Amino acid sequence: MIGELGQLALCLALALSLVQAFAGFSGAARGSARIMAMGRGAALGSFVFIALAFFTLMFAYVTSDFSVWAVAENSHTAKPLIYKISGVWGNHEGSMILWLLILGIYSAAIAMTQPVGHQANAELGSRALGVQALIAIAFLVFVLLTSDPFVRLYPPPFEGNGLNPLLQDPGLAFHPPLLYLGYVGLSAAFSFAAAALLDKRNDAAWVRRARPFATAAWTALTLGIAAGSWWAYYTLGWGGFWFWDPVENASLMPWLIATALIHSMMATERTGAFKSWTLLLAIAAFSFSLIGTFLVRSGVLNSVHSFANDPKRGMFILMILFVSITAPLTLFAWRAPKLTPGAPFDLASRETGILINNLLLTVSAATILTGTLYPLVLDAAEGIKISVGPPYYTATVIPMLALLAIAMPLGPIFLWRRSDWRAGLYALRYGFAAALVALLAALAIARPLSALGLLAVTLGIWLIAGSMTDLARRAGSWRKLTLLPSGAWSVALAHAGLGVVALGVAGATIWKSEAIAVVAPGQTMNVGAYTLRLDSTERVEGPNYTADRASITVLSGGKVITVIHPEKRSYPVEQQVTTQSSIRTTVISDLYVVLADAREGGGWVVRAYVNPLAPFIWLGALVMALGGFVALGGRVAARARAARPSMAVSEPAE
Amino acid sequence: MKALAFLFVALLLAAETAPMTIYAAEEHSTYVAPLADPVLEARAKALQKELRCLVCQGQSIDESNADLATDLRRLIRQQIQQGLSDDDIKNFLVARYGVFVLMKPPVQQDTAFLWFGPAILVLVGAGVIGVTIVRSRRRLATDPAGDLDP
Repeated sequence: MIGELGQLALCLALALSLVQAFAGFSGAARGSARIMAMGRGAALGSFVFIALAFFTLMFAYVTSDFSVWAVAENSHTAKPLIYKISGVWGNHEGSMILWLLILGIYSAAIAMTQPVGHQANAELGSRALGVQALIAIAFLVFVLLTSDPFVRLYPPPFEGNGLNPLLQDPGLAFHPPLLYLGYVGLSAAFSFAAAALLDKRNDAAWVRRARPFATAAWTALTLGIAAGSWWAYYTLGWGGFWFWDPVENASLMPWLIATALIHSMMATERTGAFKSWTLLLAIAAFSFSLIGTFLVRSGVLNSVHSFANDPKRGMFILMILFVSITAPLTLFAWRAPKLTPGAPFDLASRETGILINNLLLTVSAATILTGTLYPLVLDAAEGIKISVGPPYYTATVIPMLALLAIAMPLGPIFLWRRSDWRAGLYALRYGFAAALVALLAALAIARPLSALGLLAVTLGIWLIAGSMTDLARRAGSWRKLTLLPSGAWSVALAHAGLGVVALGVAGATIWKSEAIAVVAPGQTMNVGAYTLRLDSTERVEGPNYTADRASITVLSGGKVITVIHPEKRSYPVEQQVTTQSSIRTTVISDLYVVLADAREGGGWVVRAYVNPLAPFIWLGALVMALGGFVALGGRVAARARAARPSMAVSEPAE
Repeated sequence: MKALAFLFVALLLAAETAPMTIYAAEEHSTYVAPLADPVLEARAKALQKELRCLVCQGQSIDESNADLATDLRRLIRQQIQQGLSDDDIKNFLVARYGVFVLMKPPVQQDTAFLWFGPAILVLVGAGVIGVTIVRSRRRLATDPAGDLDP
């Protein structure tokens, strides 16, 4: 019964999406408030039915209903409850249902936040909901035709196939939903851009509606990428956190474009500049999300993420991708020449900073796309197999990001339109000084000396100190810091966060130390300033695995610091082995220990790493995301104030 | 002498053709004894990062549990001890596996766009930005209206 209920819910969601598309477009074309309201109602209804399908699938997982195909294929009765729940999206079919659910959330949010009373704005929102509905229709048809999780198995198997042990991790509960909140959130910006292109009035009003969604998507994408990187760090067992893996690239590209978009939107909303470019970026950002979905789901790429892929699905997504890129671009070619130029600006202005940001971010994304697709193209065209790995991206993307980091503190210092560049540079004098001190300190302390490492430290401190300088300059005094508008805080947090990430990346890649040794119980090994003593190993039983669990005493300067317990787990159902590394963090440094494998005669291979500053990578990402939350919070507060005019407080928009 | 070394290593590898499976950590140790000389070991570490584990999913042999990665880690240490240079070792592996084994693709005719595309894009984009700013400044000169924002 439950499987059919889910399928029925998907079909009803499809029917309501058709209504939403029809009512969204025709209501706006006729200017009919009633038809537009019907479109909003259909959006909410469609969301409710997708949510019903999603929770139906989750129910089937939790109750281990193996007559449902996806459950039999990806679950097992012995699996802990949390992995039965998060296992819903740990496979292709379920992850597409999650994708649809989040699309539904954004459509519902567009419908719910529609301001009342303003005709042009209502038509814009209505058309945006129409575009959202077209996306939903495409993906609902895709799910129902090629990736239906609710297909019945008869007779139902007695036991399920289980879930890949690498995915049996709390990371699965956070990483995909956050990433999808980002990917799919970019659909809202895309839909408003398409709606603006369909509208004859052609002004920048769409940016005002789309910007909070773009900010939310960027924030979620930042957190999602960081969560994935952290998961890889502690689970893969080699101390790495970013591999330039094609699927990681597939999430980084939309992030780079989304970052460019939220900056460009700022200029368009404020001064009307870059109207057509912002439209293009909004289209591009979601297109990159779809490219990412295509790359991951089609199986054209080999990656740790490519569970259960199928070329037929690839063709379908390729078609969706083709239509959703070409249709708005055609509209754009038709409408863009009629756009009015925004306010002119001088060389020393915030607009110039945003142009530099947009250039470097979009070229970085284009470079990553080239690097990801080049091996495929070369193989198809000439039959030559090449690898494009981390050294390529270090040589191409890192210089661009370094240039970006140099420019980043300057942007917020300069004013819109026209600015005195000498005063701007003078205002940043403490930032320069801090960066210089950091460079000298790194020269004195850091070993081995590395040009890339010195650059990262200098630019990291430059970003952090530059952002703080800007805050201090705006506030004028410490006490006034809390009175600053949320916009100033969000910029400072996002920029400083990237600086923190830069420090972490430099520490964990350039200055990490590692050791590998065979140790028998009672023996010791050294890594960095630590001594590790293997005390014992024991066999322990987990819920659906057996593990070898080591007790390793960590000593520093002869003193016992702690005892850690890295594990090596063996999953009988899936016949796989995973390493459960032990990480002892002091926030400024990680001790990372892996129990690798048993040797004949009772010894164990132990790998140990000291990764200085590694936690900064994820702390920095959290700080960046906090910037996103502050920006969103500021918007919500501003809306609340606008709703109560008597309480209005004057506050600059940025 | 170099050819002899190659032959020796090739024979050695042929003798222990390990099954190339991705999840075989249990049967096969990932341990490769580090070289005694820290300078040579550092070279081996650096080299590992530039070589692809051919049976893995985009990982280098520096961070893979696969048997092949372990074998290659051992191989490059043997070759380093025999006095081969990094380029010699890379050439040997390219002869054996093709350029696919290199994480950094060589700069040649069919990778020209890969290597020079980004720089060209930055230059073209910078040109467009330059023109945009020049035009905008011209408008600013003729249209001084509009107040400066705080």
